Amino acid sequence: MGLTVPYVTSYLSEHFADDAYATLDGYRARGGYEAAQQALRTSPEDLIELVKESGLQGRGGAGFSTGLKWSFMPTDGGKPKYLVCNADESEPGSFKDRILLERAPHKVLEGILIGAWATGSEKTFIYVRGEYAFPARQLQRAVDEAYAAGILGAKVLGSDFAHDVVIMRGAGAYICGEETGLLESLEGRKGQPRKKPPFPAQYGAFGMPSTVNNVETFCHVPHIVANGSEWFRGFGTEKSPGTTIFGVSGHVVRPGLYELPLGTPLEEIVFEHAQGVPNGRTVKGVIPGGMSMPILPASQLDVPMANEHLRERKTMLGTGGVMVMDETTCMVRAGCVITYFFRDESCGQCTQCREGTGWLHKIMERIERGAGTPDDLDILLDVAGKMEGQTICAFADAAAWPVQGLMRHFREDFEEHVRQRKCPFPESFEL
Amino acid sequence: MVISEDTRAAIEREIGKYPQRRGALLPALHLVQQEHGFVSPDSMRELAGIFELLPVEVMEVVHFYNMFHDRPRGRHQVHVCTNLPCSLRGARGLMRQLESHLGIHAGETTADGRISLGHEECLGACAYAPMLRIGETYHENLDAEQAKRLLDGLE
Ligand SMILES: Cc1cc2nc3c(=O)[nH]c(=O)nc-3n(C[C@H](O)[C@H](O)[C@H](O)COP(=O)(O)O)c2cc1C
Ligand code: SF4
Repeated sequence: MGLTVPYVTSYLSEHFADDAYATLDGYRARGGYEAAQQALRTSPEDLIELVKESGLQGRGGAGFSTGLKWSFMPTDGGKPKYLVCNADESEPGSFKDRILLERAPHKVLEGILIGAWATGSEKTFIYVRGEYAFPARQLQRAVDEAYAAGILGAKVLGSDFAHDVVIMRGAGAYICGEETGLLESLEGRKGQPRKKPPFPAQYGAFGMPSTVNNVETFCHVPHIVANGSEWFRGFGTEKSPGTTIFGVSGHVVRPGLYELPLGTPLEEIVFEHAQGVPNGRTVKGVIPGGMSMPILPASQLDVPMANEHLRERKTMLGTGGVMVMDETTCMVRAGCVITYFFRDESCGQCTQCREGTGWLHKIMERIERGAGTPDDLDILLDVAGKMEGQTICAFADAAAWPVQGLMRHFREDFEEHVRQRKCPFPESFEL
Repeated sequence: MVISEDTRAAIEREIGKYPQRRGALLPALHLVQQEHGFVSPDSMRELAGIFELLPVEVMEVVHFYNMFHDRPRGRHQVHVCTNLPCSLRGARGLMRQLESHLGIHAGETTADGRISLGHEECLGACAYAPMLRIGETYHENLDAEQAKRLLDGLE
């Protein structure tokens, strides 16, 4: 059990092949917790400035500046403040946080400790998706080790700073990855996202000022503290510094994890690292950043994998989950799988989302069965357009975008279904 | 009382970790389900007592989350991931073979109560597709024959 280590490694994953790295001794032998020591000797203001200068952007999907987010936390010392680590990772096509939890749980904790000091938080809740039983056990063992060694608790690493970490396991609901759905779940409720504002920095976990960051985001932090923001900016592009762990799946010879600088061309990831499509076939399309992100056709794989470039192609980096589809793939079937997921996982609070996701799936299925009409294509786009930017959370956008992407680049697939009154892709993956 | 003393003690320990009692509701539901295999109406009532909630508030939470069940299931829970990355690599075909091997459809339990079969959304095993989960354990990179042998080995 457990994931195989990444094929291409950089600073995040360089020691993942070493099983001992998941233990406190192994982590310390590789310099672990030295960055936290250093951080505790630095003022919170300077730390936040450092993280801002590094240009680190959240790796949970939205790509927001981490330093800026930390600076939103109030400093007046009134209420208790909390940090929340989002380990819900349920974006289809994403599995990078899983390997960080399994192979480097102490790196996650070290990043959390630095974030806690910088934001003045007394406690961190780590919300791990319910299905990740083994990663949660690895993490719990690391937390226990850290308490026993005085790295967590009343005197963090011998300082006067106190910090506690609580691991909570989710229970199978994609929407709990959305940060305010997560907060509701953490409070023992249905994971239905909250209206914003107020944002978590004002009203977060249990009503207290809170900051939510992704597992991978925290993992970059010790490296930034240890090596400086200039060093960090040596990786990636000017606007998107650092590396990320790309998870490559679907029709490739070597699916797996690849830690590469942001800005790496998508074609390099697909053809060099994942070694291209098997069985002598060609690529038809690639989803670049997890299932919520619009697909790109084979002609656009030259795009550098950084948001400033992906946005020009009307898609985004998301979680870096790269899903490759070969020439046999029926894009309407792909649409059926995608829309089924979103229909199933909508939390149901907003009409546009609850009804819209149902409609999208129904029409997709109808087209796939050969019962679609030419109007259905426009209805798909119309429904998707009405879901965007209208709802309590970005789930509805995430449901609309992939449909818009499929229609933008593979409209012919849809038209052929309608014209032939059947699926014209007999070789495609089974539905 | 249907929730055992041990589980109650474990629930109290969980409650101690959160600023509000209710924060420990999901951990408590996991603990109860570990003990009984599901969360019965009686345990929901008892949990409501522990958390100072109405039984219906506990029930709403149970029903919101896919991993909580309000009725008994088979001795082994087999979940096949059928999301896109797995489907691209043959998960739907695998599911069909398992359905006919067990003589049930996804969502059903074998007559002897041995196996409940279900499909599941992405489990974060995309590079190792197709895959399935039996209880808490992942089995990755499977073909149909390996998967059938795995199921045959379940008591
Ligand atoms: C529908 C939906 C699902 C999400 N799922 C996750 C998730 O599983 N993990 C995650 O870290 N962020 C997820 N996010 C993003 C979070 O809301 C939030 O932006 C993120 O955790 C912030 O951390 P970061 O700034 O470090 O990226 C999701 C967002 C939406 C709208
Ligand atoms: S957009 Fe969808 S998932 Fe988000 S709050 Fe509204 S109904 Fe729930």
